[in-house]
Amino acid sequence: MKIAIASGKGGTGKTTLATSLSSHLSETQDVVLVDLDVEEPNSRLFIRGDQTHSQSICKQVPEWTGDCSLCGQCQEICNFNAVIKVGTQIMLFPELCHSCRACSELCPESALPLKPRKIGMLNQIQAGNLIFVESRLEIGEQQAVPLISQTKDYIDNHFDESYIIIYDSPPGTSCPVIEASKDADFVILVTEPTPFGLYDLKLAVEVMRKMKKDFGVVVNRDGLGNNDVLDYCDMETIPVLARISNDRRIAELYAAGELIFSTIPEFKEQLLLLERSLELSTVVDPV
Amino acid sequence: MGSFSYLGKSDLVIADCDVDAADLHMLLGPDYQRSEDYYSGELAILDQDKCINCGACLSVCQFDGIQSENGTFRIEAMNCEGCGYCQRVCPTNAIQMETQKVGEWYTSSSKVGSTMVHAKLGVGAENSGRLVAQVKNEARRHAKKEGKEIILIDGSPGIGCAVNSALSGADYVVFVTEPSVSGIHDLKRVTELVKGFSIRSGCIINKCDLNSQMLDELITFMADAGIEHIASIPYDETFTAAMLEGKTLVEYDKGPASQVLIKSWEKIKQFAETEGCLK
Repeated sequence: MKIAIASGKGGTGKTTLATSLSSHLSETQDVVLVDLDVEEPNSRLFIRGDQTHSQSICKQVPEWTGDCSLCGQCQEICNFNAVIKVGTQIMLFPELCHSCRACSELCPESALPLKPRKIGMLNQIQAGNLIFVESRLEIGEQQAVPLISQTKDYIDNHFDESYIIIYDSPPGTSCPVIEASKDADFVILVTEPTPFGLYDLKLAVEVMRKMKKDFGVVVNRDGLGNNDVLDYCDMETIPVLARISNDRRIAELYAAGELIFSTIPEFKEQLLLLERSLELSTVVDPV
Repeated sequence: MGSFSYLGKSDLVIADCDVDAADLHMLLGPDYQRSEDYYSGELAILDQDKCINCGACLSVCQFDGIQSENGTFRIEAMNCEGCGYCQRVCPTNAIQMETQKVGEWYTSSSKVGSTMVHAKLGVGAENSGRLVAQVKNEARRHAKKEGKEIILIDGSPGIGCAVNSALSGADYVVFVTEPSVSGIHDLKRVTELVKGFSIRSGCIINKCDLNSQMLDELITFMADAGIEHIASIPYDETFTAAMLEGKTLVEYDKGPASQVLIKSWEKIKQFAETEGCLK
């Protein structure tokens, strides 16, 4: 069973919620927290445990053998400007390559064999009963989606349906978020009650509806701005699963890299409410 | 960003390159004088009448863009990467690639009279880096035409294609961070990216009173990395109060945070002059 925690706007509290929710749930159930914000994976900062596994993640990109008739079909085939014929050379731009393999497999002289190119590192950590997996995009790599996709494959290959999988998703509304949440059974959208929060929430809702996802909203920093977010959710019949108060203590704990739920009772209360809401959706199996 | 845009008055061109969560328009009152559709990337379209269900497309697709149900094949649009491989192998030309409208970009006049170039990326769209490049190129064109020396760019978070695109060609980068484990972690990653571009940089520390130990760590890191410390702003809910009224902080009030931003803007302009970016 998979839950994705997403948002439109960055900095709304996805990681705060993901780390606390998964730690809390892992006290009674088998949970895997997966940090899919591969550009800035900082969930790990809140997880205390031992690294049990680490591996490079690669994408397949073409490499020129240096010897061909320079027919130029590869350039014509590539839709991403990653293969260019310049004079007597075939030049490759692996950071632009989407690994579709067309140039390599359609080359009449097999002059573009595929070679692995490292795009990131996947790390697994055991923190008590919680399993934590993160992937970190190599600095300079442009595309998050291939790394997110392969991280999810790793999860599917190693953890069966007996686990609750929680995806800490990237911010925004474009392809990385789609990739992170497309196979989730339920998506939690974290927002803040401000004009920026509402505007970006509406974009995120549009994405969820396009993907036909079951979703609900958690309002973080409740009390900071106005009631427009709550009014919007009410009008659109979007369930508000929890409201976390605008509490400086939460910000201070977060700044120090501490989990929130064990220290602030009001926060834990909202977490329990969220957990019950998810059970009401018959998404989380009651223990 | 909002406040700097306001302070710059009509001497700037503004480029909002945070294209998939573009919020700056809520503070700067753009008038959307010009609106253009933005096309990028392709989507496979399958003509069922021509399809002979041979499955060649499915066998080559790396992205689950082709799905098969009860012997019928169809394109899963959300997964299609737009590479065109399926089109090339289809024996009956049943697949065509169509260019997609992935967003819109706009040229506006802001409420302080400066030209503002901004955009909206369609939900789920790819190629945000290319739309960012489009916004910047248009901003550059306007700056040249209007004789404006500064283009102020609002970038997006992260280190991916949109950020790379926003950074390329920049003369100076202003980081905004906070004294937290996440703030430091993420700043370190983006600093490494910016080093690859060899661009001089400065940093504003927001919510500086959140954690004094983290603040010290941050300042030490910045000094070691050669990032100029532009300013520190204590946590201040006036930012939200201003946002609720659709105002930048510096037009909302003249409180302490506002004063810091005014001084910061002067510093940034000074850095740019010393660097020789301004003629």
